[in-house]
Amino acid sequence: MNAPAYNFAYLDEQTKRMIRRAILKAIAIPGYQVPFASREMPMPYGWGTGGVQVTAAILGPQDVLKVIDQGSDDTTNAISIRKFFAKTAGVATTTSTDEATVIQTRHRIPEVALHANQVLVYQVPIPEPLRFLEPRETETRRMHALAEYGLMHVKLYEDIARFGHIATAYAYPVKVNGRYVMDPSPTPKFDNPKMDNCPALQLFGAGREKRIYAIPPYTKVVSLDFEDHPFEPYRFNAPCALCAAENSYLDEIVTDDKGSRMFVCSDTDYCEGRQAAGHHGALSAAPYKDKAQGGANG
Amino acid sequence: MTTIAELPPGFVDKVLSAQSTFRSVMDAMARPGAVQRIVPMAGTAGPMMRGTAAIALTLFDHDTPLWLDAGMSESSDVLKWLKFHTGAPVIQDSSIAAFALISDGGALPSLERFALGTNEYPDRSTTIIIQVESLASGRSFELRGPGIDGVATLQASIKPFDLFERLHLNETLFPRGIDVVLVADDAVVAIPRTTRVMSKGG
Repeated sequence: MNAPAYNFAYLDEQTKRMIRRAILKAIAIPGYQVPFASREMPMPYGWGTGGVQVTAAILGPQDVLKVIDQGSDDTTNAISIRKFFAKTAGVATTTSTDEATVIQTRHRIPEVALHANQVLVYQVPIPEPLRFLEPRETETRRMHALAEYGLMHVKLYEDIARFGHIATAYAYPVKVNGRYVMDPSPTPKFDNPKMDNCPALQLFGAGREKRIYAIPPYTKVVSLDFEDHPFEPYRFNAPCALCAAENSYLDEIVTDDKGSRMFVCSDTDYCEGRQAAGHHGALSAAPYKDKAQGGANG
Repeated sequence: MTTIAELPPGFVDKVLSAQSTFRSVMDAMARPGAVQRIVPMAGTAGPMMRGTAAIALTLFDHDTPLWLDAGMSESSDVLKWLKFHTGAPVIQDSSIAAFALISDGGALPSLERFALGTNEYPDRSTTIIIQVESLASGRSFELRGPGIDGVATLQASIKPFDLFERLHLNETLFPRGIDVVLVADDAVVAIPRTTRVMSKGG
């Protein structure tokens, strides 16, 4: 009775076939949201049930899986999903972006450039970029059918009218292959340029909303903007406090109740890799200092 | 009468073979023109090639109405094999088929007779699986579109000879359209509706 009572990678085969067919159509129609019969997963909605189903449908015993949550390999969500697949599929897991063949992500794209033998699986909460502008599914579906995206430009224009610049900082809408406007999931807009002409296949799964969509490799992905207000990726103007990186996306971390803060790379694998390679930021790890100073501050 | 014991078998390991086959087909669809290999072996019936059989076992079930060309549907072995291993309903009306299996590309019906999807639901379209002579030699083609870094070249010996001219239909129809999977033995190439194919040097 110790044998596992579930299938390889948890999902039953009929479910996998259904998801696999949806993935193929999603790849054939870049940026179009394919409806699929999303299943209940042993985790709450909002924890990546869509991404988990996509990962379960593509994962094989040869794969090496990496899971990140806001760039981090060691948050609860990332660890529990990684353990879930280590347990149900017996796959090797890694925190190294380079070694992974399948990367499931919540809200970030790794800093290291992806390569052609990788698949990036996004967890998506609200797949419909027009949903907050038009609540009716029948209407948004027709807008996509007619490529009628004026409303989205009005929304970005209203940003400019109110704030003087496009204030949308995450889930910044993109146009895929010159046709479908797509929600890149709530990634910071810093990551949008990485989606363009990416050598890796990008798959998106929204469990609660029951949609799968995709960007094939080497596909044109353009962030919506205006001629006089071009798209600009946003980044805190600071180096990483741990690895001194000047070009990575940073998290702002409050360190006490007096307003002190530090900026560190959101991509933990990238940051650790740089530190191991000898890059050290202003607040970088104490062990080096302690050894040098003989624990003078102890 | 064929009994079940005499039917050619399905996959030895249903789960991992389907996964491996799917990844080959997914890679083919994501990188049009690139030849992918289908590794897992299954029994084949009638004119069905190894690759076709593996794709059928991987993607077909009771939710996928199938349309078969004459070469396939005239073989009772094919019908029995598909029914037993996939349970997919075989239909006469190609315009509502999820998949079409073509053994003789020369007799491929007009593409308009298959499901092209709607502008609201372009995914509700037929994926046509065409068995061809070779995906390694023959005429040269240049492919462009999503999934391709610049230009991809494909050497293939296929019927119908004018398949890629016929697929120009996809340009005007998009986002509606036809997705094609070419199979030659264990080799697979996909031509999704976004791919533009040109003959190289006539």
